Amino acid sequence: MNKTKKRFIALLFIISLFHILPFYLLTTTSFKAVDDVSSKWAFPGYWYIDNFINVWHGANLGQAFFNNIIITVVSVVLTIIIGAFAAYPLARYKSRLNRFMYTLFISVLIVPPLTILVPLYKMFVDVGAMNSYWGIILLHVTFHLPLTIFLYTGFIGTIPRELDEAAMIDGCTRVGLFLRIIMPLLKPVTATVVILIGVGIWNDYQFSVFFLSAPESRTITVSLSSFFGQYTNNIGWVAAGSLTAVLPITIAYLFLQRYFITGLNAGSVKG
Amino acid sequence: MHVESKLERSRTRPEIKQKTRFFEKLLNSKALLNLMYLPTLILFSAFIFFPFIKGIDISLTNWDGYSQEFRRIGLENYKRMLSDPDILNVIKNTFIYGVGSTLLQNIIGLGYAILLNQSIKGKGIVRTIVYLPVIISPLIMGYIWYFFFQYNGGALNDIILLFTDQPANLLADPKLNVWIITFVNTFQYIGVAMIVYLAGLQSISKDYYEAAQLDGASALSQFKNITLPLLAPSITINIVLNLIGGLKLFDVIKAMTDGGPGYASASLSTMMYQIYFARQDAGYAASLGNLMFVIICVVSLTALFYLRKREVQE
Repeated sequence: MNKTKKRFIALLFIISLFHILPFYLLTTTSFKAVDDVSSKWAFPGYWYIDNFINVWHGANLGQAFFNNIIITVVSVVLTIIIGAFAAYPLARYKSRLNRFMYTLFISVLIVPPLTILVPLYKMFVDVGAMNSYWGIILLHVTFHLPLTIFLYTGFIGTIPRELDEAAMIDGCTRVGLFLRIIMPLLKPVTATVVILIGVGIWNDYQFSVFFLSAPESRTITVSLSSFFGQYTNNIGWVAAGSLTAVLPITIAYLFLQRYFITGLNAGSVKG
Repeated sequence: MHVESKLERSRTRPEIKQKTRFFEKLLNSKALLNLMYLPTLILFSAFIFFPFIKGIDISLTNWDGYSQEFRRIGLENYKRMLSDPDILNVIKNTFIYGVGSTLLQNIIGLGYAILLNQSIKGKGIVRTIVYLPVIISPLIMGYIWYFFFQYNGGALNDIILLFTDQPANLLADPKLNVWIITFVNTFQYIGVAMIVYLAGLQSISKDYYEAAQLDGASALSQFKNITLPLLAPSITINIVLNLIGGLKLFDVIKAMTDGGPGYASASLSTMMYQIYFARQDAGYAASLGNLMFVIICVVSLTALFYLRKREVQE
């Protein structure tokens, strides 16, 4: 028994090494001076911060971080409000119409947004939504609503109806019931939704690269990719930029790990 | 005076009552509640349903993506697919990204889950490390692995150069780069499969295994006859989810090879991007988008129904 246990621990150690490897290489590369041609495997032995300074200015990461924060926060807040509102009637009044609506909303989950890229792009150009916060925010909200509605509808279904009835007997209107009784109860599932869609929107590339191409409206991923296109040979700068982009969300993950893992997997388990 | 005002009051009161009752009724009506999903319906119509129909319309034209003039050419774009020399390979790549990463993620994810289901010290750290890539942008994950596989000064080539004096240009090799990208996508999302399987394993009662051990069943037959059937719901979720994720892969390909050389490692999504923006062939790009939509819907729905049916049987 002890022997198999030791083998298990050795195996776990090898797995951890393998999975930490890319992050190790990212760190060594981002601290290496431009003229240092030593292997990426070797730690530089000095702290070369210039890569970070250069990429911060070169890729305009300050602006990109600002854009990312605005877009992510507004999109998440809007998605939660609109999603929770939609979920309530779908969970409580299962008329034939509402059942159809629920199926319609959820089936959008399979539609990959990229398949309608051409018409969306044309529409954005026509209405002047290119490179605007509101355009990309409405897109993010739309494509994150199905999962949000799904999670909220499931959660509201577990709230006992007796609560609704008691509130109605006390003279609460249906709308008031939702705002005053149901909304406060949604806190735990809201934490899940915030992490799930927040991570998705923060990391988004496939929308942002099309709709936020102007330098001042770029998000982190778009800035990095255009920077990478210009300085393909200057790997140190790109690595420093990637490390900078990854750091905030990694720190959040390490501290709130439990919420991240349950949150992100809630989307997969139920989706 | 006094009498008059009293009269007046009694006259106006029913009106007020009627008004408040109407307002109450409105707030209580189910019709109004259904209005609560109206914003969602509007957003979906504007950004999904309408563009989807518009996309079919564009795919029947020879529009170049910016000019006002274009012609309707019927099904010409779809006929063009049949004679496109690249498309078969691109569809094949799309399936490798979809099916290949699904298989790898599930096999490795299940293995990891079984390992982490043992009572060993330090498994929490392993879980944290394996799950970390899930929260990172796939584009940046692609860059990080690019540093590893890259031709000039790539980390892997540093090792290869210890044995031979010829560095390998792996990302330019059309046979290999598709699998490298599949590997990176797998690496990134093993954590999700692992956690789903871990939850599935923990929900299986230990009694089954004890009974099987009493009957003298081997570890392998326990795995085949107890673990796998009882994990069926987790298997369904993981497979369908990974299929959809892999078939629409975009960011990692952009980061590592940009679909090249040529279309050698392109998927339908990156090919569509190329044709729309680089070749300004919007009509054809729209028809590729529709093809991708059909493929993803058919594959994921077939997988879903097949796996659900098996779940019930078992």
